[in-house]
Amino acid sequence: MGPTLDYLALAPELALVATVMAVLTADIVLPHAQKYWTAVLSVLGLTVTALPIAFLLLSDEGSRSMLDGSYVVDDFALILKGLFVIAGYIVVLMSVSYIESDRYYQGEYYFLLLASILGSVVMASARDLILLFVGLELVSGPLFLLAGWRKGDVKSNEASVKFYLLGVLSAAILLYGMSFLYGLTGSVDFDGIREASVGMSETPAFIMAVLFIMVGFAFKISAVPFHFWAPDTYEGAPTPVTAYMSVSSKAAGFVGMLIVTYVAFPGASNIWGPALWIMAALTMTLGNLTALRQTNIVRLLAYSSIAQAGFMLVPFAVAGVSSDPNAISAAFSATVTYIAIYTFMNLGAFAFVIAGARYTRSGDIDRWAGLGTYQPGVALFGLIFFLSLAGIPPLAGWYAKLVMFSAAIGGGSIWTAVLAAIAALNAVVAFYYYARVVKAMWFDPVPEDFVPGKPQQSRSLQLAMVIAVVFVIVAGFYPPISAYFGDTVASIITGG
Amino acid sequence: MELLDNGTVLSLITFLPLVGALVVGVIPRAREEAYKWAALLTALVVGVLSVVMAVQFDYGSSAKFQLGTDLPWIESIGSNFHIGVDGISLPMVVLSAIITILAIIYSWDHWEEPRNPKAFLILILLLETGMNGTFVALDLILFFIFFELVLLPMYFMIGIWGDKTPRTIAMFNLTTETRLYASIKFFLFTLFGSAFMLLSFLGLYFNSGDAGSRTFDIPKLIEMAPQLSALPIAGWLFAGMFLGFAVKVPMWPFHTWLPDAHTAAPTVGSVLLAAILLKLGSYGFIRIALPILPEQAMQWAPTIAILAVIGIIYGSLACLAQTDMKRLIAFSSVGHMGFVMLGISTLTEAGINAAIIGMVAHGIITGMLFFVAGSMHHRYHTRDMARLGGNATLMPKMGFILGFIAMASLGLPGLAGFWGEFMALLGAFKPAPGLPVGLFQTAMVIGAIGTVLTAGYLLWMLQKVNLGEPKEEWAGHEFHDVDRYEMAAWVPLLIATVAIGVYPKIVLGSTNGAVKELVSTLLENLA
Repeated sequence: MGPTLDYLALAPELALVATVMAVLTADIVLPHAQKYWTAVLSVLGLTVTALPIAFLLLSDEGSRSMLDGSYVVDDFALILKGLFVIAGYIVVLMSVSYIESDRYYQGEYYFLLLASILGSVVMASARDLILLFVGLELVSGPLFLLAGWRKGDVKSNEASVKFYLLGVLSAAILLYGMSFLYGLTGSVDFDGIREASVGMSETPAFIMAVLFIMVGFAFKISAVPFHFWAPDTYEGAPTPVTAYMSVSSKAAGFVGMLIVTYVAFPGASNIWGPALWIMAALTMTLGNLTALRQTNIVRLLAYSSIAQAGFMLVPFAVAGVSSDPNAISAAFSATVTYIAIYTFMNLGAFAFVIAGARYTRSGDIDRWAGLGTYQPGVALFGLIFFLSLAGIPPLAGWYAKLVMFSAAIGGGSIWTAVLAAIAALNAVVAFYYYARVVKAMWFDPVPEDFVPGKPQQSRSLQLAMVIAVVFVIVAGFYPPISAYFGDTVASIITGG
Repeated sequence: MELLDNGTVLSLITFLPLVGALVVGVIPRAREEAYKWAALLTALVVGVLSVVMAVQFDYGSSAKFQLGTDLPWIESIGSNFHIGVDGISLPMVVLSAIITILAIIYSWDHWEEPRNPKAFLILILLLETGMNGTFVALDLILFFIFFELVLLPMYFMIGIWGDKTPRTIAMFNLTTETRLYASIKFFLFTLFGSAFMLLSFLGLYFNSGDAGSRTFDIPKLIEMAPQLSALPIAGWLFAGMFLGFAVKVPMWPFHTWLPDAHTAAPTVGSVLLAAILLKLGSYGFIRIALPILPEQAMQWAPTIAILAVIGIIYGSLACLAQTDMKRLIAFSSVGHMGFVMLGISTLTEAGINAAIIGMVAHGIITGMLFFVAGSMHHRYHTRDMARLGGNATLMPKMGFILGFIAMASLGLPGLAGFWGEFMALLGAFKPAPGLPVGLFQTAMVIGAIGTVLTAGYLLWMLQKVNLGEPKEEWAGHEFHDVDRYEMAAWVPLLIATVAIGVYPKIVLGSTNGAVKELVSTLLENLA
C-alpha cells in the first residue's frame, strides 16, 4: 500500500511536471522554425499551475499535510509557490526574444527553467531535510546548465563553472550539517527536530550543525562572505537567467532558511540569530560598498542583489534577542514581504536592462547616457525599477524597507536597533549607485560616438516590464497588497 | 456643505496635482500650449480649493484638526490615511498652493536649457503633491511618504535643468558639472536625515501600545506625550527626528547641501526649494517633534538655540564672502531659517508664532529674491556681482523690485520679514519656564547682531548690483525690463509682503490659537 496522496494539494506540482514533459516532447517533435511553441507551452503551463494555487489559497481550508507531515501545503507554501510561479512567468516572458534571437536551444532552455521552478515549488512545501535538499538542488541543477547557455562566450563558461563548483560545495556543507542534525535528533522531519532539539543549544555538535546549515544556505542567497560566485556568474549568464537566479533561486534559498530557522529549530535562535545579525550587517555593507564601484550595469545589479539579501536578513536577527512571539512573527513576515516586493522590482530591473541594452548595445553604464532623451519610455521603466530598489516612496520598495526597519525596531533590543541604524545608512549609500544609472540615463548627454539603432522591441519583454511596473506602482500606493503576503504567511509561526 | 465633508477638499488639494501631472504626461509633446494650460489650470483649481479651505476653516477652534478624514490605509501596521489642517498647517498649505501657481506662471516662457516644458511642469505638480501632503498629513507614515516624495522632483529639476558650469570637488579630486554634484548631494543629505527620522517614527510606534493597538497617528501620539517622553530611549527618538528635520531646514552644521542645491537649481526650483521645501523641516519640529516628546524638546532646546544663532551669524558672514548673487541669497536662507529655529527653540507662544510667520515670510521674500536673481541672470548671463552694477538704471522696474524685496528680507518694519525676526528675539528674551534664561538672552543678543549683519550684506548686495554706474561691458546692450509673465508672478508676492507686514494677523490670526494650545499642552505634559 502506497502513501495517501492529496491530489488537489499536489495539483500545482503535477501541472508543472506535465508542462515540463510537454515542453520536452514538443521540442523533439517540432521543426526548427516552430520551436517558439515551447515558450507558448511554458506560459500556458505556468498559467495552469497558478490556478490550483489560487484556488487552494482562496478556499481557506487550512493546511493539507501528507507523507507523514513531510509535505505540507499551507498558506506559507501557497504564497511562495504563487510567487515562484509568477516570477517564472515573468522570466519566461523576458526570455522569449532573447533566446530566440540568438538561436539557442529553445526547447531545452524552457525545459530546464521549468524544472528549476518545479524545484522551488516543491521546496516551499518541504517539511523535512531530505525533501528540502532535493527541492533546493532541483532549483540549482538546471541553473548550472543555464548559466553556461552562451556556449561561445568565455564569460558564460566561467559563470557556469563558478556557479557549479560553489553550488556543489554549498550542497556538501548543507548535507554535512544535516547529517549532524539527523545524528543528534534521530529525525529528519522538522517537527521531530524541533522537539528533539530542545535544550541542545549548548551542545557543540548541534551548534556546528546549525552553523553548517546556515552556511549552506548563505551560499544560495549569496550572503557575504559566501557571495564571491555571484557577480561573475550574474555577469556571464544570459540576462534572463541572471534575473531568475537573482530572484527565484535566491528566494528559494531564503525559503529554506526561513523554514529551517523558524520551524525546525526556533529554540536555537540564540545561535542563528547572532550569526545572521553579523551576516546581515556584512552583506548589506559590503554589497553596497562594492556596488558603488561598478561600471557595468549587470554587475551593479549583482551587487545590489547581494545588498538586498542583506536587508532581507535583517529581520532574522530579531529572533536572536526577542522572545516576544509578535515580534518574531513580524520578523518572519517582514522577510517574506521583502522577498515578494523584491521579486517584482528586481525582475523589472533586469527586464529593463535587456530592453535598454538593445539600444545601448553595451553593459557599460557610461554607454547608457542619454537613454532618457532618445528612448524616454524605456528609461522611465528603468527609473521606476531602480528607484523602487532604492526604497524611494511611493514605489513598492519603500514598504519593503519599512517592514524591515519595523521588524528590527520591534525587536526591542539595542542590538536590533543598531542593525536598523546600519541598514538605514546602507539605504542611503545604496541610493547613490542606483542614482548613478538614473543620472546616466536622464542627466548625461548621449555619448558623441553613439549611433542609435532601431532595434525591434519584443512584445513579451514589454509585457514582463508592464506586469512588474503595475505591481511596483500599485503596491507602492496601496501597501496592503504587499502586507497580504506577510500577514498570510505568519500563520506558520503563530500556528493560526 | 456636503461636498466639503470627509476631507474632500484636502484630498483634492493633495492629489489633484498628481492627477494634473498625469494629464500633462499624456498630452503629446508637440501641443505645448495645451499642457501648459492643463498644468496652470490644475494649480489654479488647487489654489481656489485652498481658499475654500481657508474660508471653511473655523478660526475659533484653530487648535483642532479640521476638514480632514481618517481612513484605514495599511491596517496591518495601523497606519491610516489621516489628514487635516489646524491653524499651524493652514497658512503653509495656502502658501504652497500660491507659490506653485506663480512658479507655473513664471515658467510660462522662461524655460531653461534643455527646455522640455512638459517634464518640468510634471515635476512642479508632483512637487506640489508632496508639499501639500506633508502639511496635511496626520499620520507619521503618511507624513514620511510625502516628506520623501518631494525629493525626487527636486532632484530631477536640479539634475536636468541645473547649472552646467564645471566644478571641482576637492574631496574626491573629481571634476563634474555643478548640477550633477548638487542634485545628488541634496538627495543624499536629506535621505540620510529622513532614514533616521523613520527609525524614530517606528520607535514611537512600538511604544504607543501593545501589539494590535499601536498607532502612527500624530494626534493620538501627542495625547501619549507624557508616557512617550518618559521612555528611556526617548532621547534617541528625538535625536533621530532632529536629524531628519534639521537636515531639511537646514540647520548649521547640516546646511552644506543648501548653497549648492540652491545655486545650481533652475530659478523655479530655487524658488520652490526656498519657499516651501525648507519649511517641511521646521514644520516637522512644530508638528511632530515638540508635541510628542516635550521633555526631550526642553532638553534639546538650548542646543537648538545655539545651533540656530550659529546659523544666523554664519549665514550672514558667509553672505558677505559671496561673489555670486544667487549663492548669497542661498546663504541668507541659512540665516533666516536660523531665526525660525531660534523661535521654535524658545518653546513659547511668541517664539513659535514667530517661527510660522517667519516661515511664511521667508517663503514669500526669498522665493521672490530667487525669482529676481533668476530673471537677472537670464538677462545678464552672469550672477557675478563684480560684473553687475547700475541695475536700477538699466532696468528700473527690476531694480525697484530687487531693492524693495531686499528691504523686506533684511527685516524692515512694515514688511513681512520683520515679524519673524522681531518675535523670535522677543521669545528668546523670555523663554519657556525651565529653560536657561541666560543662554537664551545671550542668543537673543547674538541674534540681534545677526539682524544688523543681515542688513549689512543685503545693502552691500544692493549697492553692488543695483546702484552705481552700469559696467562698460553692458554699454550698448538693450535690456528688457520686467515682462508681463514676471509681473504676473511677482505682484502677488509683493502685495503679500506688504500685507503681512502691516497686518500680520493674516497669518497670526490662524496660528495663534493653535500655537497657544500647543505650548500649553507641551508645558502641561512636562509636569
